[in-house]
Amino acid sequence: MKKFMLVALLCLSFPLSIQVQAKEAEYATGTPEIHNRVMGVSEELRCLVCQGQSLGDSNSEFAVDMRAQIQEMMEGGMSDRQVVEFMVERYGDYVRYRPPFKASTLLLWFGPFILLAVGVAVLYTNVLRRGKQADEAPLTEEQQRHAAALLKQDSGENKA
Amino acid sequence: MKLKFLLPLLIFVAIAGVLWKGLSLDPSAVPSPLVGKPAPQFELSQLHQADQTINRDSNLGKVWLLNVWASWCVSCRQEHPLFMQLARMGEVPIYGLNYKDERQDAIKWLADFGNPYVISAHDYSGRVGVDYGVYGVPETYVIDKLGVIRHKHTGPVSAQALQDTILPLVRELKKG
Repeated sequence: MKKFMLVALLCLSFPLSIQVQAKEAEYATGTPEIHNRVMGVSEELRCLVCQGQSLGDSNSEFAVDMRAQIQEMMEGGMSDRQVVEFMVERYGDYVRYRPPFKASTLLLWFGPFILLAVGVAVLYTNVLRRGKQADEAPLTEEQQRHAAALLKQDSGENKA
Repeated sequence: MKLKFLLPLLIFVAIAGVLWKGLSLDPSAVPSPLVGKPAPQFELSQLHQADQTINRDSNLGKVWLLNVWASWCVSCRQEHPLFMQLARMGEVPIYGLNYKDERQDAIKWLADFGNPYVISAHDYSGRVGVDYGVYGVPETYVIDKLGVIRHKHTGPVSAQALQDTILPLVRELKKG
């Protein structure tokens, strides 16, 4: 078992060591203003080789190259918006971390709220019904006496 | 009233169904917005003859495959025998886009493993690759007679993908 854990740990640490070796982002050139814009835009774009990371977060070669290209495009006079459009034309809406609002993404935008509404509705009707059940079925006198006796007996036991 | 006991089972079946479907989806396969659109224009030097160029319109009028490859790309080796076989069959011309590669390395790679490509374009900077939405090498595009991208395959092409998807599409496009 110990051996197995060790192997598993080794396997897990492998991608990490590769990542550490990956090239550090280089921003030797470019004004701070351009640099900020590059970082701003690349935070909004998905790194396609390391999904789950943005172009800004990732140090993969793909992301580094992409940032260099974005910087070049901005220095060439493209606005942030044009850069995003450039990427969407090539890689699809999927590259955007904030998907656009359109017919095919309606479920994506509203799905969670619909689920929440369904959940609240279920909860509400359940609570309401339980309340009603309690009201509709009051205890008979005999049941109440029995209940009181049980309670008494219980508290008596506790004292003892 | 009896049905209520079935509810958890139904929910379980629904969730299991969704998860089961998820198992067969490939999250790294990003749908390309370029399918159905004209292949992006490019003008690159040829890998073997640096003084000559190749562009998109060189292949207008025929159905062709554009295969993005590199000598540093491990899974390119995996699909390479299949492309060699396809090139021998001669059913569809394969053009290479040598992506972010040193010229000598690429030429050596082809000398070592065989060259299935009619011509390879040398995309050293990878800018043409970006225009084609390349994010993982190898990638393969089917381009029709009018220069429109009809299909994109990300990752190494399997014999199955070739037989079931790519070749039938090529045959159909050749007819049209």
